[in-house]
Amino acid sequence: MTAVQERATSTAGRSAATRLADRVFLVRELGILVALALLVVGTALANPRFLSAQSVRDILLGSTILAIMAVGQAIVIITRNVDLSVGSVLGLSAFATGSVFVASPDLPIPVVLVLGTLLGAACGAVNGGLIAGTRVPALVVTLGTLYVFRGLDYVWAGPRQINAADMPPSFLRMGTAVVLGIPVLTLYAIAVALAAGYYMRSYRSGREMYAIGSDPAAARLAGIAVGRRVFAAFVASGALAGLAGVLYAARFGTLDANAGRNIELEVVAAVVIGGVAIFGGSGSVYGAALGALLLTTIGHALPSLGINPFWQRAAVGGLILAAIGLDRALAARVHRRLRRTKRSAAREGLSNG
Amino acid sequence: MVGPLLALSGVSKSFGAVTALDDVRLELFAGEAHALVGENGAGKSTLVKILSGAHAADAGTITIDGRPVVFRGPADAQAAGIAVIYQEPTLFPDLSVAENIFIGRQPLRSLGRIDHAAMRRRCVDLFHRLGVQIDPDRPARGLSIADQQLVEIAKALSFDARILIMDEPTAALSGVEVDRLFAVVRSLRENGSAILFISHRFDEVFALCQRVTIMRDGRWVSTDPAADLTVATVVRRMVGRDVSSLYPKTATTVGPPRLRVRHLSLAGSFDDVTFDVHGGQIVALAGLVGAGRSEVCRAIFGIDRYDSGEVLVDGQPLPRGDTAAAISAGLALVPEDRRQQGLVLDLSVARNTTLPRRWSLARFGLLFSAAETADARAWTRRLQVKAARLADPVHTLSGGNQQKVVLAKWLSTKPKVLIVDEPTRGIDVATKAEVHRLLAELASQGVAVLMVSSELPEVLGMADRILVMHEGRLVADIPRERADDEAVMLAATGQGGSG
Repeated sequence: MTAVQERATSTAGRSAATRLADRVFLVRELGILVALALLVVGTALANPRFLSAQSVRDILLGSTILAIMAVGQAIVIITRNVDLSVGSVLGLSAFATGSVFVASPDLPIPVVLVLGTLLGAACGAVNGGLIAGTRVPALVVTLGTLYVFRGLDYVWAGPRQINAADMPPSFLRMGTAVVLGIPVLTLYAIAVALAAGYYMRSYRSGREMYAIGSDPAAARLAGIAVGRRVFAAFVASGALAGLAGVLYAARFGTLDANAGRNIELEVVAAVVIGGVAIFGGSGSVYGAALGALLLTTIGHALPSLGINPFWQRAAVGGLILAAIGLDRALAARVHRRLRRTKRSAAREGLSNG
Repeated sequence: MVGPLLALSGVSKSFGAVTALDDVRLELFAGEAHALVGENGAGKSTLVKILSGAHAADAGTITIDGRPVVFRGPADAQAAGIAVIYQEPTLFPDLSVAENIFIGRQPLRSLGRIDHAAMRRRCVDLFHRLGVQIDPDRPARGLSIADQQLVEIAKALSFDARILIMDEPTAALSGVEVDRLFAVVRSLRENGSAILFISHRFDEVFALCQRVTIMRDGRWVSTDPAADLTVATVVRRMVGRDVSSLYPKTATTVGPPRLRVRHLSLAGSFDDVTFDVHGGQIVALAGLVGAGRSEVCRAIFGIDRYDSGEVLVDGQPLPRGDTAAAISAGLALVPEDRRQQGLVLDLSVARNTTLPRRWSLARFGLLFSAAETADARAWTRRLQVKAARLADPVHTLSGGNQQKVVLAKWLSTKPKVLIVDEPTRGIDVATKAEVHRLLAELASQGVAVLMVSSELPEVLGMADRILVMHEGRLVADIPRERADDEAVMLAATGQGGSG
């Protein structure tokens, strides 16, 4: 009987500790919001113009494309993979959008949005097929397709540039339109994040992606179709990069073969800062989207504080290190607790055996 | 008579050149608990993996209710009503307990969405049936091994599995938890499920099971009603030979102390550990898992820094936390987990063998493969490593041969003190005897051998002296003449006096 009581108390002690850990994990998303609030308030106190409607719109608009790509990237990273090709996919999709409008200017905007998304999904299918089929690490495969897709873009675009004049005004207006003070493009990003977050939480296939990232070997033993889910994650990431490409075209109006170059690392940074564990299994797409917003806000805040733009990069780097440091600290804490419970379980086994 | 629920016949499986299963048969009837026993490496785990769909058999047939079935993956086996509880729990640390139980089978509501409330409710019901209290919403990360095992059992229950396979489920459970588990198993059996129970604890086998199948070296040996068997018969059939030939211990002359450990302490791991190992001696470090034996070895070898105390080799103190100094002083450590710590799995057999001596084999700082290969060939031949080619990556070898490569690697450094941690875990009987012969041979050449082992027969068969640890302290020092199972187990469980 005493053993049972001991067990009960130790279980109670443990679950209290776990609840604390849960809160810290939850705080990961709240933490980004707090950091964001501190940054905004601090900057606004120093420079009140930072909170003008125009400035807020700029920040929201500026974070839109990054946030959409971060949502896709988060899905991939949750499955313990990474997609480095997203910048090149965005470039392809953006130039394709311009070319489609050059060929047939009267095409309805929703059709173009769908075409861009499908093109991105096709690129994602290439990534996912190679990774699920050959079991080559995603880092290597998508590093390869980063160059392949960009190369296709160069071949296709050559030295050509597509300008705002080549695209219908209604399409370009979408890039700057505002509803209730919020840019339309940002509404797209919010819709994407909410839909993806709901899917990841409420559907079996979404939960299986978390399971795969948490322990790939256990996922296979549990009968999860690991290859199919990883393939789907890459298609999703590609599709969202494709969508981001169309929005890029609407926002900037000037397109050449360099659209979206080097954005992939910024996307990964947003995801990591947003609290998605780089080895998969935990975190949320909401966090990733907030991470994108935080990154963009830093980019706008530092100049309005009169700080050398060099520090912007250093600040991003510092944030990444802080996010990973928090990860390690949490993991070490859990590890220590595990060791303690193991020892006490061993002792308990003895007293009973 | 009703036919078997599950039947295997002629099942064989090879991994590369290694035959894991050869013409194995097994019949499971509804309503029986059936024990599968055999030594480590007898093929039990491979058989479990074939039944769970994780491996495909090379030959043979599996029938369920008399109909042949083919499992293309774990999902097929689950669909056929087979649930497996693995030796190592396979939970997803980031998911909640309830999700771990229902992953892939979560209850749904409209539009295919997961019904989180229903899932939680069913999870609470399952835990109620098992009589355990685990919060369904907490993540699996941080659960004790026993609680993880209970979650796995709840998962198997949630399947309504007709065939439940349990691979050493009680290894990490306390007495109360074992009783509770057995009650669950009995009620499942009464409801017409078949249970395949794999365990090394014979008292549990005889308490729970109606029939016992014995395997050895990947082959079926016998299947008999438990009532017709005794522990002695089972052991003889498992080992398949006279036990004494497994432990070729030769009497040796004891030399001066080579390794002296003085008052070694590391907070949370071990406390005030003092002992000597003389040249020509094999000293076993016995104790339960978690008693701190491996930690002491790691500290002696300089992998972990100890808080206080002293380690001397041939009278010379070793600096703490310095493995390079330990190696040059003549220490060698064959670690517990050879795959993680003992080998570079993707490197060739030859490269692994010569790794610690890559500098002495090099000419002008360059390593020529001819010198390396010749050296590796000499050592692998001496230890009778069975490898197709020396250039093959070491992970293609069987567990026993991998262990021989680890041994070859360290023996080639001509150590004065050899520390071996679980030297024969997971290797077949024949190789086990060879490893033992090698250890005895080394001792007779004047090497001081410190052996950590959880296998009592190995400890009793090989050691000149047995040091027993309990909760981080050295509690007994038993000479060979006075050593028996009872003395060691009493000390290991903290009940014995000092020896």
